Amino acid sequence: MRYLPHTDDEIEEMLAVVGRKSLDELFCSVPDACRYDGVMGLPEPMDEWQLTAHVAQLAEAMQVNHTYNVLIGAGSYHHNIPETIRTVMSRSEFVTAYTPYQPEMAQGTLQGIYEYQTLVTRLLGMDVANASIYDGASALAEGLLMGLRVAKKKAKVAVSAAVHPHYREVAKAYLEPTCYEMVELPVGPDGRTDLSGLATIGDVAAVAIQSPNFFGVIEDLETLGKDIHAAGALFITSFTEPLAYGLLKNPGACGADIVCGEGQSFGLPRSFGGAALGMFACRDEFVRNMPGRLVGQTQDLDGKRGFVLTLSTREQHIRREKATSNICSNQGICTLIAAMYMSSLGGSGLGELARLNYSKAEYFKAQLRAKGAKIVFDSPTFNEFVVEFKEDFRPTYERLLAKKIVAGLDLGKFYPEHKGRYLFCVTETAAKEIIDAVAGEVKP
Amino acid sequence: MSTTNIPGANGIIQNEPLLWEKGKKGRRGMCVPASDVPEAHFPADFQGQGVDFPDLSEVDVVRHYTRLSQWNYGVDTGMYPLGSCTMKYNPKINEKVASTPQLAAAHPMLSDALVQGNLQIMYELQEYLAAITGLPGVTVQPAAGAHGELAGMLIFAAYHKAKNSKRNKILIPDTAHGTNPASAALCGYKPVPIKSGPNGILDIKSIAAVMDEETAGIMVTNPNTLGLFETNIREIAEIVHAKGGLVYGDGANLNAVMGIINPRKCGVDVMHLNLHKTFSTPHGGGGPGAGPVCVTEELSKYLPSPRAVKEDNTYRLDYGGPESVGRVHAFHGNFSVLLRAYSYIRTMGAENLKKASQLAVLNAAYIKEKLKGTLPLAYNRPCMHECVFSDALLQEDKISTLDLAKRLIDCGYHPPTIYFPLVVHGAIMIEPTETECKEDIDQFIEVVKMIVREAKENPELLRQAPMRAKTRRLDETLAARHPCLCG
Repeated sequence: MRYLPHTDDEIEEMLAVVGRKSLDELFCSVPDACRYDGVMGLPEPMDEWQLTAHVAQLAEAMQVNHTYNVLIGAGSYHHNIPETIRTVMSRSEFVTAYTPYQPEMAQGTLQGIYEYQTLVTRLLGMDVANASIYDGASALAEGLLMGLRVAKKKAKVAVSAAVHPHYREVAKAYLEPTCYEMVELPVGPDGRTDLSGLATIGDVAAVAIQSPNFFGVIEDLETLGKDIHAAGALFITSFTEPLAYGLLKNPGACGADIVCGEGQSFGLPRSFGGAALGMFACRDEFVRNMPGRLVGQTQDLDGKRGFVLTLSTREQHIRREKATSNICSNQGICTLIAAMYMSSLGGSGLGELARLNYSKAEYFKAQLRAKGAKIVFDSPTFNEFVVEFKEDFRPTYERLLAKKIVAGLDLGKFYPEHKGRYLFCVTETAAKEIIDAVAGEVKP
Repeated sequence: MSTTNIPGANGIIQNEPLLWEKGKKGRRGMCVPASDVPEAHFPADFQGQGVDFPDLSEVDVVRHYTRLSQWNYGVDTGMYPLGSCTMKYNPKINEKVASTPQLAAAHPMLSDALVQGNLQIMYELQEYLAAITGLPGVTVQPAAGAHGELAGMLIFAAYHKAKNSKRNKILIPDTAHGTNPASAALCGYKPVPIKSGPNGILDIKSIAAVMDEETAGIMVTNPNTLGLFETNIREIAEIVHAKGGLVYGDGANLNAVMGIINPRKCGVDVMHLNLHKTFSTPHGGGGPGAGPVCVTEELSKYLPSPRAVKEDNTYRLDYGGPESVGRVHAFHGNFSVLLRAYSYIRTMGAENLKKASQLAVLNAAYIKEKLKGTLPLAYNRPCMHECVFSDALLQEDKISTLDLAKRLIDCGYHPPTIYFPLVVHGAIMIEPTETECKEDIDQFIEVVKMIVREAKENPELLRQAPMRAKTRRLDETLAARHPCLCG
């Protein structure tokens, strides 16, 4: 076996040193009643070439593969990924390193994360960003728990119903065994969160709004933020599509206290939903309540700049049960990938790409409207929007699937009131011909 | 050994500024496609002022990250004997499998019929992990070990709630993993610390004395963080079960015992595994990992949803019933990590996984035996995959564990885990893993012996170390006192 370097002679030699007669004898401290009976029921081992052939078969079993145009976003976006990222970010010095506990031999990872933190604060208009949470959903859950810690003595959090349904499910699971309650805020006919009931809820530590929200609608964060603060609650914003902030006013400028979202759009493949990247940022005054790792700048004995993990007294290995979170391993390499993506685009490139995504979606809307379809929410959207067709869309969906186009996501599973309506997403990867092909199949 | 003749310690170290200290406005490092649609008007009310990212060329970016990578040390660079972290070799074929275009391009919200390949992999991986742990219910959703612990604690809470049993405490030994108390606390459990016995393992009496009907159960790391097998695990599990509690097995140290022990037979009800440790997926400088959770048949209904199931040769996602604790991840966890672990298990098979555990233990036992005259052993018992020494001898020369660790950097090694577990003073926790060959281990042993000699003969070499890394010793106190978290 090529990963196991020991020869039989070496095993004998080493056993002699440790005073054992066999490999089995190394486990003399294990009682018989704890032992595995027989051999583990696993398939026979495969060599590299057999495995490659096997994986090719599995790949073939994917009816929708990389040659399809998948016009679904909903928390996972298809953007172009430059080859530089695959090549440089697969360097094993990055990939095969552990968490940077020995900073002098992990300055690559540490400077890389410090740069990531900085770019994220600039993107979101916040003071501090951490070194990542697992994904956008767990970032929201952590954000809500942080809001409860900061607010102290309040028992509720309110979350917009236009927040990604899976994110709300995760938040609910995290809060379930605690004494805290999560209430949902309704969505108005314009596709935006309706805050009018907030005052009657009472005891609310924090309110979470996603923008662009699950329907692609850009929330009026500035107004919402003012109302939420006026109600005495912290303002948490969430996002699934960070590219939008190449164009939109950032959450910090709109008064957000905590911002948590998904960074997959920045250089990570969809990969069936993971590896993802939970981005997490807050205002300076809350940093001691922040979950997760932080990298900070310092200097070495010669006064030379360097980077270390810092403020770890918030964390599980020091603070134990009083830690701000239990998170330990996070999404390390994904932060470097996102930072490389952000720096490859640059400020001007980010704006240009965001504008292109916006224009594609507007063009798509116009083509669908021309066919008599209704764009359900007329508020501004980013690269996603909800469509209602005159007739059952399913047959059209099937025809498009045969043309290797996955035409949107039926919202019925998530919002029964929107059954039969479809959430569409177009990014820079959707050519005009594809958009035209979809519109072309829609019966006027 | 002279300072110029240290294995692995030479090299060119380039300087490289921060991203925003280089570049020029107007440069671009990647293509933005030309637009093929009319430019749409964006409402000014919502428009931001543009993001202040540096503009860099493709070469700027590539060189930047290449240089950064060269300041790092990975498993591919050399031995990485970090105790409790299982830094084994990360096979390259796994990377290729994870990037298979058909699998990696899959959108997580596609309907089941369109993604049969990915569902088959999820399903089969669940089955393999069930076979390895003896626990038949498996979720692969948790994204890291601590995330698996949280999922496990959510299952504990759901189980007790269904039984109408109010429990607010949990037993956590001092030799358990550091994340355990924080994971339990997230579910409202107050950790009750349990002292390990004089021989480094739990004794039955200390559990019997505190286990009661207000206690949800126990979280045991086995082998524990001293590298010792908890010999009394079955008796402990019986005590916990008799009081209506559950047993959580922290599987972070599974690399010692694959195919050798059966966690189910040990009385474990819930167990997470770290695919980024035992199953060879790379750690990425801090993630992504994966922390699948395996449970007994009885607890399966509480597992997070959805899970992959197989019916009539097709695969689908099953969303479970109302008892499920729900979702812990937006989609299916770190799927790309699952692909790598799948690839590893298919490459290894049952016999080689068992052999891997045997060799991991052999390597650790060998280091323990060879170094026990040089450094004081914390507990002189048969060790599993790691061995733990104390700083008692170093202290005589006013040398700290940290000094020894930093000197190892100069000698071309990643240091072991230090100052953990807390029960050992100045702990030095060495986990070589099975993928280190005998001559590399012999060389490591020689280097540790050399450093311990240096501690007497030339202690400044240790106190000033590292001298040959990218930076000299970094001031962590300064970083914490005056936080500078972004530039």
